[in-house]
Amino acid sequence: MKKGQRAVVAMSGGVDSSVAAALLKEQGLEVIGMTMQIWDYSSFTEKNGDSFGTCCSLDDVYDARRVAQKLQIPFYVINFEQDFQNTVIDRFCDDYFAGRTPNPCVLCNQVLKFEMLLRKARELEADYLVTGHYARILEEDGRRVLRKGLDSGKDQTYFLYCLTREQLQYVRFPLGGMTKVEVREHALRFGLEVADKAESQDICFVPDGDYVRFLEEQRGSGAMNGEIVHVSGKVLGTHQGTYRYTIGQRRGLGLAWSEPLYVVGIDAQQRRVIVGEKQHLLRSELELIDCNWLDAPPVSPILMNCRIRYRHLEQPAIVTPLGQGRYGVRFEQPQSGVTPGQSAVFYDGDRVLGGGIIA
Amino acid sequence: MKPARLLNEISLSLKYMSPGGMTVKHIYMDYNATTPLRPEALDALLPYLKEDFGNPSSVHWAGRAVSGAVEKAREQVARLINCSAAEIVFVSCGTEGDNFAIKGTAEALRAKGDHIITTTVEHPAVLASCQALEKQGFRVTYLDVDADGMLDLQALEQAIEEKTILISIMWGNNETGTVFPIEEVGHIARKYKVRFHTDAVQAAGKIPVDVQSANVDLLVLSGHKIGAPKGVGALYIRKGSRMVSLLHGGHQERNRRGGTHNVASIVAFGLACELAGAELEANYHRVKALRDRLERGILSSITEVKLNGHPEKRLPGTLNVSFSYIEGESLLLNLDMKGIAASSGSACTSGSLEPSHVMGAMGVDVALAHSSTRFSLGPDNTEEEIDYLLEILPPIVQRLREMSPLYNK
Repeated sequence: MKKGQRAVVAMSGGVDSSVAAALLKEQGLEVIGMTMQIWDYSSFTEKNGDSFGTCCSLDDVYDARRVAQKLQIPFYVINFEQDFQNTVIDRFCDDYFAGRTPNPCVLCNQVLKFEMLLRKARELEADYLVTGHYARILEEDGRRVLRKGLDSGKDQTYFLYCLTREQLQYVRFPLGGMTKVEVREHALRFGLEVADKAESQDICFVPDGDYVRFLEEQRGSGAMNGEIVHVSGKVLGTHQGTYRYTIGQRRGLGLAWSEPLYVVGIDAQQRRVIVGEKQHLLRSELELIDCNWLDAPPVSPILMNCRIRYRHLEQPAIVTPLGQGRYGVRFEQPQSGVTPGQSAVFYDGDRVLGGGIIA
Repeated sequence: MKPARLLNEISLSLKYMSPGGMTVKHIYMDYNATTPLRPEALDALLPYLKEDFGNPSSVHWAGRAVSGAVEKAREQVARLINCSAAEIVFVSCGTEGDNFAIKGTAEALRAKGDHIITTTVEHPAVLASCQALEKQGFRVTYLDVDADGMLDLQALEQAIEEKTILISIMWGNNETGTVFPIEEVGHIARKYKVRFHTDAVQAAGKIPVDVQSANVDLLVLSGHKIGAPKGVGALYIRKGSRMVSLLHGGHQERNRRGGTHNVASIVAFGLACELAGAELEANYHRVKALRDRLERGILSSITEVKLNGHPEKRLPGTLNVSFSYIEGESLLLNLDMKGIAASSGSACTSGSLEPSHVMGAMGVDVALAHSSTRFSLGPDNTEEEIDYLLEILPPIVQRLREMSPLYNK
């Protein structure tokens, strides 16, 4: 990125994207701030009367606007509420009701941030779309590759494997080579009030973390009640909805059993939650759909490092094309907690090769 | 020294220094959102922010020094709409005026009826007030408009029933500029003895507004749409109309609206009304000529453009157009980058740009509604500004169209 070029920075109101914007401005780029308004929490409370609750999403928009004002850069809010509902929220609910545990951030990046917001940036004749992600896009041998952020504790490539090669030409992550500590230092240096704003942990549209309440407000409750069944076939109890459970869950089962029990499977069709002892969590194989490859897609079985959760340490696995865009993954060591709906992402060292959704 | 006469000169000389080092001339074409403060109004209000600080409700010298100014302003406002000063209540903004008019009437006339008639294209201040009343058990009929945004008077007459207590129909539409036949509406309201409220925030000062000839009982004005500061407005309440107050408090405004007077803004508002009235005819022709120049220029230089709103019965400065295949929002941001301030849909929700309820009510299809862009001109705009816009607009539209997934030519 060079002085005088125009960059649209996707600003969330948090410290990372704020520092990204400030750094580019300091480097002499023409910076434009944009915030996606994706979820209006107040529209949600309104159903229950005339009261107005506070809205986390709008608070973040407010924070982003304040930062842009401080940096004296143009700032625009783009309303993607409808698109967010139609893609991310609907898919989120569909997945849970189908017995999967979705990862909405992956989809939001893919459909909204690096597609629709990127188009907005192009419409403004920006040279780049910039975000505050901890990941690096480097030019190697004449092409752009995606590598992990240098701060290994913050690396966000797990959520970015859906970037296309074309998008890599246009997107930049200026924080990829920094640690969170350095970013906070920059925030203090720029006098950004968001410097000590708490890290966002939860799904942005479920700010209180109570995704069950969210799902039931979206889709109603009661339809997914059923039995809790041991892997042996023995019925151990009942539950109030399969979507309340996720693979690997141990707490909140309320079952008396000689050994600790975990959720090892969810059968949405039979409305069953399947539980078992720890060893029943282990899987050697999984199948992937909706894959995206930043490298050439494998045409024959090939060894890659595979990560199946955000906080998962990559494990060696053989990836085999199965045709029709599906891929089989066989781990050298059985893995605990293979969860349908989550993503599996492939690496060569710290370079992202691609990934897909666990079927 | 007096401030430079034309704020226009100041605003034109303001250079916007972009981070990339380019300078962009600021051109303001969003007069329906707000207007620059008139220099005369600024001069008039300054003493009331300095030495004349009194509370007009006080009996002593400090209060006396300003109460006369408030009453003079009341007379100036009254003259613009041809009512008596006693019928003017100062409020904080147009939104408060609409809330007051609608909720204050509904509560006062509750024993008489529970039915209200309005239109689908009103300002959110009116629509949301009506919706709030619906939650309290009132019934509201929302009259449709035709493709030009025009009202069907027959439908209005048919909607009136025994229990109708209020008709609330705007004078001029903020998004399209379409001007409703308010005299005819007033005639119908009078015929059926139904109270008639009109939101004249966009119309007042731009076209003749006369509450007598139009048989209006309640009318709302906003200061900042006619060169006064933000934060002041007025509600005209025809003498003898029973109302319930919205803001309970002190005895200000003859017990109709509590709250210490915003003296400085009220003084400026009064003067702005007087000036608007004096300049009304000249400004009408001047602004309309500019708007027509812009309209002709756009229609002749860009293909697949749709005019939104009534072709003739329209406020002089408003031009709302849809450019097929592109989003109004995208065009707006591109114009902003070039220093031109316009609007897509209603600016009141600025920042978050939602599809306009007015376009929807006119039956404009969703894609075209999203591509609607509003230019609203004022007396400070110049032919040079119009020509500059006409120069830069076609290439922006063309470029956005070529990027649009909907456009394939």
